[in-house]
Amino acid sequence: MSKWLQDNMPKIVLAPSFIAVMIFVYGFIGWTAWVSLTRSRLMPRYELDSFIQYERLAASPRFETAMVNLFIFGSLFIIIAMVLGLLLAILLDQKIRTEGAIRTIYLYPMALSMIVTGTAWKWILNPGLGLEAMVRGWGFEEFRFDWLVDPDMAIYTIVIAAIWQSSGFVMALFLAGLRSVDGEIIKAAQVDGIPHWRVYTAIIIPSMAPIFLSAFIVLAHLAIKSFDLVIALTGGGPGYATDLPATYMYAMAFSRGDIGQAASSAMVMMLVVFAIVVPYLYSELRTKDG
Amino acid sequence: MADISSSGGPSMARSQSQTTKLALRIILYLALCIFALFYLMPLFVMITTSLKSLDEIRTGDLMSLPRDVTFDAWRSAWSEACTGIQCEGVRPFFWNSVLIAIPGVLISTLLGALNGYVVAQWRFKGANIFFALMLFGCFIPFQVVLLPMARMLGVMGIAGTIPGLVFVHVIYGLGFTTLFFRNYYVSIPDELTKAAKVDGAGFFRIFWSIFLPLSLPIIVVTVIWQFTQIWNDFLFGVSFSQAGTQPVTVALNNIVNSTTGVKEYNVDMAAAIIAALPTLFVYVVAGKYFIRGLTAGSVKG
Repeated sequence: MSKWLQDNMPKIVLAPSFIAVMIFVYGFIGWTAWVSLTRSRLMPRYELDSFIQYERLAASPRFETAMVNLFIFGSLFIIIAMVLGLLLAILLDQKIRTEGAIRTIYLYPMALSMIVTGTAWKWILNPGLGLEAMVRGWGFEEFRFDWLVDPDMAIYTIVIAAIWQSSGFVMALFLAGLRSVDGEIIKAAQVDGIPHWRVYTAIIIPSMAPIFLSAFIVLAHLAIKSFDLVIALTGGGPGYATDLPATYMYAMAFSRGDIGQAASSAMVMMLVVFAIVVPYLYSELRTKDG
Repeated sequence: MADISSSGGPSMARSQSQTTKLALRIILYLALCIFALFYLMPLFVMITTSLKSLDEIRTGDLMSLPRDVTFDAWRSAWSEACTGIQCEGVRPFFWNSVLIAIPGVLISTLLGALNGYVVAQWRFKGANIFFALMLFGCFIPFQVVLLPMARMLGVMGIAGTIPGLVFVHVIYGLGFTTLFFRNYYVSIPDELTKAAKVDGAGFFRIFWSIFLPLSLPIIVVTVIWQFTQIWNDFLFGVSFSQAGTQPVTVALNNIVNSTTGVKEYNVDMAAAIIAALPTLFVYVVAGKYFIRGLTAGSVKG
């Protein structure tokens, strides 16, 4: 092997991945950004035409529904998954003998495809044959639980399924956080006679702030990217009632043949992600360099 | 390590009587059990529904055990159910997923190992920028690359093929696999590399005989992470496949949401379990590594 080759081997090894990332991530983002500023419909066109696509997005009731849904779904999903995850982590942190087994049960949904989760919950929430029918069968003839087919409530079925899928994961994050709190401080607090629950609210939870931030970032990221779950559970319906930006983008790109709208809605999604992730990454990188 | 228990400090033991402590303990376990039931219920419903006949599903209730256990739904889901016009069950699509996942996992893991090795141990000017660019790429919503990728696959002549899907999964898996290996190799002192260089070992020699033998845990984490990601993928599968090359998640969705014929809920459930089995199996066998990948991929991301 020549000297030059030897010296430059690290760069040569990195080169294909570097080129791939530059083209398939950054180049492609650039392409989408460009096309989102054109009048592209069925085929992409490359003459820029200011913000026409974004104006169409802003005027589209379907996209408005998608953004409102993202807000409802995102905030409920993040808040409930965090509260539930923290609660489960604290419950599991009480020297539970079967902790391993219980943890395995709480976390297994995370191994499933969203399509599987959606399929399962679609069946459970089926008004005619699922939970509703079961409770009626117990004699509660008036019982109603038909959120899946109710345009005003269907978005909440997605919240339920998403929480079922991801809360165990939040629990695992928090449990690791609880276990990393300095044991000496906790012992000292106990010796001082501080009640058990105060140890949590005053010492442990405040020291876990970075974990809350991580959990928030992960859940927000999951929420914005949610696509498969909606497709499997409601298909975006009834009507467009449970559309999210991700399903809107997909519909425009692959069934409506409206590339301009697909590109601009994808850009909106990316901006939302970046608004959340960039400050986080920035602070992470800064603290590491410092 | 948090070292709290309800039998904690001596002062607490005095302040709480034995009976209240026991009562709290019972409530605690009860709560844990109720949550366990919440997480297990969908799996229970899926399994029992898949073993019932359609008649029993229509007349019985959701949570009841099957009166007559039948495996007809499983046979149908595996080899007969219709995914659109094709009626071969999920079997061909299951194998598509296998054919996508195996090369996808192997190639992205190997490239990630090499990238991580370079970024962590052969720091040259620009290596950190490369890593930052990769890291950023982990966070993009894939919708933003969907349209140009569809065109690019066409240009490359692999649109709608299994190699095309492998390619997509490798490209967009690289960020995470590089991240995993980089974070692992960063903790290995670089004196090791320096000493080996002094001894005349080259780039690949050092990787092969020093780093790779140390890498088993992170290889397991990465392989499991990538396998779960690729197997469970739907977005790329539905966007870049055509009839015949779809992965199992797309086939499952087609079976469940097909609008023709009688709705066979038992077949839907059997197909869903079949689609979930490989990743569930990995989770049960190697849960520790699965969780490590999840937390590494998110906390450090």
